[in-house]
Amino acid sequence: MDNGKSNLYDWMMNLDRRWVYLVIGVVVTLTAIAPFKVPVYVTPEVRNIYNFVESMEPGEVLMIGVDYAPEAMAELHPMNYAITRQCFAKGIKLLLCCLHQNGPGMVEQVIAQVSKEYDKVNGVDYVYLGYKPYPAITILAMGQNFRIPFPEDYYGTSLDSLPMMRNIVNFDNVQAIINISAGSATEYWINYANGRYNAKLAIGVTGVMTSDYYPFLQSGQIFGIIGGMKGAAEYEDLAEKGGYISRKKDQLTAFKSMPIQTTTHIVVILFIVLGNVGYFMSKKVK
Amino acid sequence: MGTHDIIFNGIAAFLTISIYTFLYKDNPFYKFAEHLVVGVSAGYFTVILYFNGFVPKLIEPLKQEKFYYILPAILGLMIWTRFSRKWSWISRFSLAFYIGSGAGIAIPLYIQNFVIRQLSATMLPVGVSTWPLITNILIIIGVFCALTYFYFSKEHTGAFGASAKFGIWTLMVGFGAGFGLTVMGRVSLLAERVVFLRDYLSELFKYLS
Repeated sequence: MDNGKSNLYDWMMNLDRRWVYLVIGVVVTLTAIAPFKVPVYVTPEVRNIYNFVESMEPGEVLMIGVDYAPEAMAELHPMNYAITRQCFAKGIKLLLCCLHQNGPGMVEQVIAQVSKEYDKVNGVDYVYLGYKPYPAITILAMGQNFRIPFPEDYYGTSLDSLPMMRNIVNFDNVQAIINISAGSATEYWINYANGRYNAKLAIGVTGVMTSDYYPFLQSGQIFGIIGGMKGAAEYEDLAEKGGYISRKKDQLTAFKSMPIQTTTHIVVILFIVLGNVGYFMSKKVK
Repeated sequence: MGTHDIIFNGIAAFLTISIYTFLYKDNPFYKFAEHLVVGVSAGYFTVILYFNGFVPKLIEPLKQEKFYYILPAILGLMIWTRFSRKWSWISRFSLAFYIGSGAGIAIPLYIQNFVIRQLSATMLPVGVSTWPLITNILIIIGVFCALTYFYFSKEHTGAFGASAKFGIWTLMVGFGAGFGLTVMGRVSLLAERVVFLRDYLSELFKYLS
């Protein structure tokens, strides 16, 4: 009898991981086919960013550093879309740049789509500076003058000939910077843009990175964090309530994935409980 | 969705499924998709770097007769000597310049922003209202106990041992939060792909019917 129990507990502890994948795959597929509504609690660190953008006046400038590649699109693209839509709807001008080599494609995709939705013009309502390697040097140079690292925008037009850039020299002329990143670029923005030039900074990062950056929120070096897809869903919730994005137009992409997050987390927790029960019971039997 | 989208999203769907087949075991479909991702990323990065770094920072200045730009170009070329055992020592000059200037820029700011600012953020007032009082005291105790865990010159026994034990619990809370967020991040990627496959299949059936 004890031998049978011991075998069961051993099986619980040493379950082939492919069973875990299969169960998660089935649960995710079923949830995707028959989704349900999940309430999203908005955290203060996300609300801070939304409220800051909300407090900006039309014509003021927000800078967005887009430092992620396609592999992080699932988590970061939704927040990028939501912030861009909120800014364009409010008449806020956007200054965009990339310090990640795969960022240019991400910016182009978002800006091409959202600028069409709001009839925004390149050079007048937004300026896309493009990509430059070596984040530290690029940020330090931008702190002096955007024209040092980026004499021309991404499309090859001189910054001096762009109407929006007439009164914009450096970080002093942008109200804040939001860095949306899946890598070490965030550290550079904190260290150089905030640390060296005292620029007002908020960040949107992947779930994996989020816990690493909470100390900077507590120390006041950043004023907000949008953490992964959950953070993006919170921002989308606020933006929808503010009337900037719409469920009917399928603009709440992160929000849409929240039921999958919920069911998958329940499955993961159940497997953790299963493994732990097996561990403690096998110890008891032995 | 038109024929164009059906074909290209079909390729994306095929590559997504090919990658997921690795969850069962390694196979040629996975290998093909993996190599394609690595190859495309490397090619894309090279072209981006050439047009955003090499052209504006070397070719254009030289065309404008700013010949001092040859100096960093020479430093860059010197790094290629690493491929030769005999001449690899030459690359050390370039690396020394690169690391030296990088350290000179980074270290003072790094200490200021990642050490001193973080230290001052733990020196908190403890006599305000109830909730900040509790969180501030928790932060102070947590930081102190976590530091005692890493002090190895004294045996972890008695009050010192208890402090170190509380320190390891504090660290575990941090690791737990990190693990939870990592799971959330990975599930986000899966969720996005599954939603993509669902939408594609539904569009494909509409297109075929």
